[in-house]
Amino acid sequence: MIKEKNGTKLSLSSQIKIVSKSIREYKKPSILAPIFVMMEVVLEVLIPWIMTLLLAKINEISTSGSGNLLLEIVKYGLLLILVATLSLFFGILSGKFCAKAGSGFAKNLRKDLFYKIQDFSFSNIDKFSSSSLVTRMTTDVTNVEMAYMMLIRVAIRAPFMLISALIMAFLINSTMALIFLVTIPILGFGLGFVIYRALPFFKKIFPKYDALNESVEENIRGMRVVKSYVREDYEMQKFNVASSNVKNDFTKAEKIVAFNTPLMNFTVYLALILIFGIGSVLIVKNNEAVLKITELQSFMTYSFQILMSLMMFSMIMVMLIISIEGIKRISEVLTEESSIVSPANAVTEVKNGEIEFNNVSFKYSKNAEKFALDNINLKINSGETVGIIGATGSSKTTLVQLIPRLYDTTDGEVKVSGVNVKEYDLNTLRNDVAMVLQKNVLFSGTVRENMKWGNPNATDEEIQQALLSSQIGNVSLDKVIEQGGVNVSGGQKQRLCIARALLKKPKILILDDSTSAVDTKTDSLIRKAFKNYLPLTTKIIIAQRIASVSESDKIIIMDHGTITAIGTHEELMKTNEIYQELYYSQNKEAEKENM
Amino acid sequence: MPPRPNIKNGSSFSPTKPKKGTLKRLLNLLFTQNKALLIVIAVCLIIGAVTGVASSIFLKNIIKTLEKAINLINNEGYSAENAFNVIWSSILTILIIMCVVYGVSVVCYFTYTRLGAVLTQKFLHQIRTGVFNKMQSLPIRYFDTHKTGDIMSIYTNDTDALRQLVSQSIPSLLGSLVSVITLLIIMFMNSIWLSLVIFGGIVAMFMVTKKIGGNSAKYFMRKQMSLGAEEGFIEEMIQGTKVVKVFCHEEKSKQDFDEKNDRLCSDSTKANTFANILMPIMGNIGNILYVFVAFVGGLLVVLGAKNLTITGLHSETVVGFLAIIMAFLPISKQFTSNIAQSSQQINSVVMGLAGASRVFALLDEKSEDDDGYVTLVNCYIDENGNITETTDRTNKWAWKHPHKADGTITYTELKGDIRMFDVDFGYLPDKIVLHNVTLYAKPGQKVAFVGATGAGKTTITNLINRFYDIADGKIRYDGININKIKKADLRRSLGIVLQDTNLFTGTVMDNIRYGRLDATDEECIEAAKLAYADDFITRLPNGYNTMLTADGANLSQGQRQLLSIARAAVKNAPVMILDEATSSIDTRTEALVQKGTDRLMEGRTVFVIAHRLSTVQNSNVIMVLENGNIIERGDHNELIEKKGQYYQLYTGAFELE
Repeated sequence: MIKEKNGTKLSLSSQIKIVSKSIREYKKPSILAPIFVMMEVVLEVLIPWIMTLLLAKINEISTSGSGNLLLEIVKYGLLLILVATLSLFFGILSGKFCAKAGSGFAKNLRKDLFYKIQDFSFSNIDKFSSSSLVTRMTTDVTNVEMAYMMLIRVAIRAPFMLISALIMAFLINSTMALIFLVTIPILGFGLGFVIYRALPFFKKIFPKYDALNESVEENIRGMRVVKSYVREDYEMQKFNVASSNVKNDFTKAEKIVAFNTPLMNFTVYLALILIFGIGSVLIVKNNEAVLKITELQSFMTYSFQILMSLMMFSMIMVMLIISIEGIKRISEVLTEESSIVSPANAVTEVKNGEIEFNNVSFKYSKNAEKFALDNINLKINSGETVGIIGATGSSKTTLVQLIPRLYDTTDGEVKVSGVNVKEYDLNTLRNDVAMVLQKNVLFSGTVRENMKWGNPNATDEEIQQALLSSQIGNVSLDKVIEQGGVNVSGGQKQRLCIARALLKKPKILILDDSTSAVDTKTDSLIRKAFKNYLPLTTKIIIAQRIASVSESDKIIIMDHGTITAIGTHEELMKTNEIYQELYYSQNKEAEKENM
Repeated sequence: MPPRPNIKNGSSFSPTKPKKGTLKRLLNLLFTQNKALLIVIAVCLIIGAVTGVASSIFLKNIIKTLEKAINLINNEGYSAENAFNVIWSSILTILIIMCVVYGVSVVCYFTYTRLGAVLTQKFLHQIRTGVFNKMQSLPIRYFDTHKTGDIMSIYTNDTDALRQLVSQSIPSLLGSLVSVITLLIIMFMNSIWLSLVIFGGIVAMFMVTKKIGGNSAKYFMRKQMSLGAEEGFIEEMIQGTKVVKVFCHEEKSKQDFDEKNDRLCSDSTKANTFANILMPIMGNIGNILYVFVAFVGGLLVVLGAKNLTITGLHSETVVGFLAIIMAFLPISKQFTSNIAQSSQQINSVVMGLAGASRVFALLDEKSEDDDGYVTLVNCYIDENGNITETTDRTNKWAWKHPHKADGTITYTELKGDIRMFDVDFGYLPDKIVLHNVTLYAKPGQKVAFVGATGAGKTTITNLINRFYDIADGKIRYDGININKIKKADLRRSLGIVLQDTNLFTGTVMDNIRYGRLDATDEECIEAAKLAYADDFITRLPNGYNTMLTADGANLSQGQRQLLSIARAAVKNAPVMILDEATSSIDTRTEALVQKGTDRLMEGRTVFVIAHRLSTVQNSNVIMVLENGNIIERGDHNELIEKKGQYYQLYTGAFELE
């Protein structure tokens, strides 16, 4: 979907750099969280050691009978409780700062992405496709957020715990600590091997799994087709095969991952047996001179702590690796430069609705072979009504999208009221060039809220008037429109979208096949209302129906990216074959009557 | 593998409370479908959990033995070497037992995790296919009332939540339960005093879990809600970015976004804080408990108290007590870590059960019912009109009508004669949208419906293929009440091109062949030519082998319509329904398409729905609909002469003069 940008690919480190710019005000918690984690770990590692001292004291005093055992117990006990409480305190603090940092980072990421996308030009959006942008802002950000929280807390905790526990073990008894130098590599290599083997599987499966879900979605949307063609069994079979493929692949991968737990258990058990075996020899043969019985349990605890941290570390590695994909996809959006921005010293007033195309050519992408528009020259006077007609794919939409500068021309210039559109402030230009898009969208909210897109200060009367002009006067302003406008019919939606554009009171109004779902009668009423509502506005109407354009001052006929004819209805009926053909195909009866 | 958050498709991720009995039903489902596997897994899990906590027993015994040796050296004058020789055999015995027990434990863990992976994936596959198969049987009404995103969420979010529940939460909880019980037994066998200390700790942990876990679940739900709201907003705004730009609405939508984004951040910080602090709290309660055990144990030693176990009071030496204390230390650790782990599962369990209840809700939906018994069969018809059934492909079809009363079977030739008598219908029972519709469509006729949006045109065709059932009246197909015809056979006899074209991932050829799975390539190309689609298909990069993805996003709406006409053409059904099938095709191309389809439909019944009057002009009968009533009917000329609604519509398009 995404073509390489300028042929260069960002390295992972620069991707991370770009994404981490969004940490901003959350740098402080991002640093505090790992610091507190380290403090928590140090204290936690001290506990078994202090415990060893306490047990040794109990043993010593009770066997020798001298000294105040109770006092010692209280002393060490209080020390232990103090350490545990402090550790708890730091643990809570680190958890809090970690949550703050993670959520904040995600917030900034989403914000940066959203702002960036808002400033995208049409060609930027086309490049990414909107559904992919949504995924980047949702799933990818969530993945990065989780990975980030892991990184500043658990990813610090695990290795730090490992090292601290190892140091403590060496301080207590270096011979015994050597046991860990045997078990750590076993587990480390084992886990590494599991990740190494399993990861490629997962990388392969996730797209497959996504594809499976996409096919389900396709099926739901096409349920009427499925049922019409009685393809339920066929679809079930197809799904069954796909699902069982996914199952088999996942099972293969999960089976490899399933080595983790027994491997972990194996090394812990091995460590215990070695600790007990070697410990027994050391204790008895040296009569507790080298190693004390009471120290055995601390080794047991350390072995748990060390191997658990390894295990955690391996899990985090997997999470981090998974989030790399998300980082890559987010940084792609963040580094994308908007291809259309307002110029410096921009013109901030559109004087009138005059439009001029001078030798305009246009391609959607640099690499495209064919020009979507080829050497267009056109002049539209302010206040004129212009119809554009032509077969599907003849670039009618492309032509009009150049007027509000939704795309920039490849060659030539487009002028509005005598000024090149590139010299206007974008907001100025687009506020005066209203366009009703072919693929139009209403937003969730009331009709009133939707209408205010056209003019935020519009009064209810003004809105009612605009609605009346687009022949939808009988709708309540408080009617709630659902997301995507699913609760209004196609014709109603088109009329609401027209009303929204009318409220802008623009100098130029462009209707891109905006009444296709409206019946002919209403269509003609809408056009009539334009004359009263916006008498001075230049109106450009793209349509399929001849009737929608026949009374225009000018009718433009387009074919394969060029203008093949311009004229009034009468002129074209005399001179233009395509127009005649279109006319007769839409009304055979009229043909007879006219003859 | 960590779970992947998979929140897509604009699903309104509503964290509903799981229904009662969901867990029971889920376990039941798991059990009945995978009995053997599940039993092996459960046994391994239990053995693994029990053997896993045995370490403390070994530690205690090792220490006792070692103390004996030290005693021999210090008090009996043994040399270290001799003392070692005396106890070495007991140490070795313990080590060997450890090897065996741990060996079993590792084998059990290995079996359980591996089979667990198999079971999880198998179960998810069962759920997925179960849901999918059920979904195929649901009536269209279900899809009217459920958003695509919400249904999708069952396949993505809910299935993921279920995976989490089945593969991690349930085993973890079960394992913890077994460990805890085993530990309890060990504890009571060693020291009731110390057990009581640990008990106190557990009570504290439960209280903390309840408080923090409850809060965590609450904030987690709240976070999910604002996440859903935020993602809905993102989806809407990004899908509508082009409109945003055209209306210069960027700044306003940034503002709205910030508001939602800040709320999400604050909710998410709270939820994550609770999730993050649960572990340190649990862990450190564990540590404090650890201290208390040592403390109380030490006191017992100081006071020289007798040890109380379930077997009664025992005098213990200091060394014996120490061994018990030392064994209790790891026990307290294990105990607390088990409880801490279980408390971590709270959110997953809530999510998993909520997911399961949504899965079950779909599985409990009522399937499209079908009492039809009249079927469609291939047949030979001789010159006398006698019909014989056959399995050959004869291109002749007949309705096979078994009569229950006398056990006879009659055959009626499939002609495509459709009649409606006084049909009433409403999508909702109390809101009738079609009133008293009566119409006759004779074989070979082209019947058109025109009228404003919402007049009921599409609804009529939805009744013929029984996407919906009529409220009152009768529909007869070749003289047979359509309720008696099996739905699949009824639909097989109808070729339908719908208003919304839906194409499927696959090649262009695959998409055309969807109409008839055994159609040859030549037949598909032939159909494409008839639908005037061949022209653009051959200009695609790979012609008929061009892959279509995402509902044919790389095609224009007009091209998609041509393809769906080709798909219907290859089906070659005796009755054709074209619902705004050419609305996005320019009128010149439409005329060409019509030529093709007219040839195809010669002698067959065709229903046409269109806005454009040019599309319907050459129909035999045109029905003008208004608010669910047929207000005019007749052919084009008759209706023009009548100067009624149709005439109005028609002339409305031509007001040049």
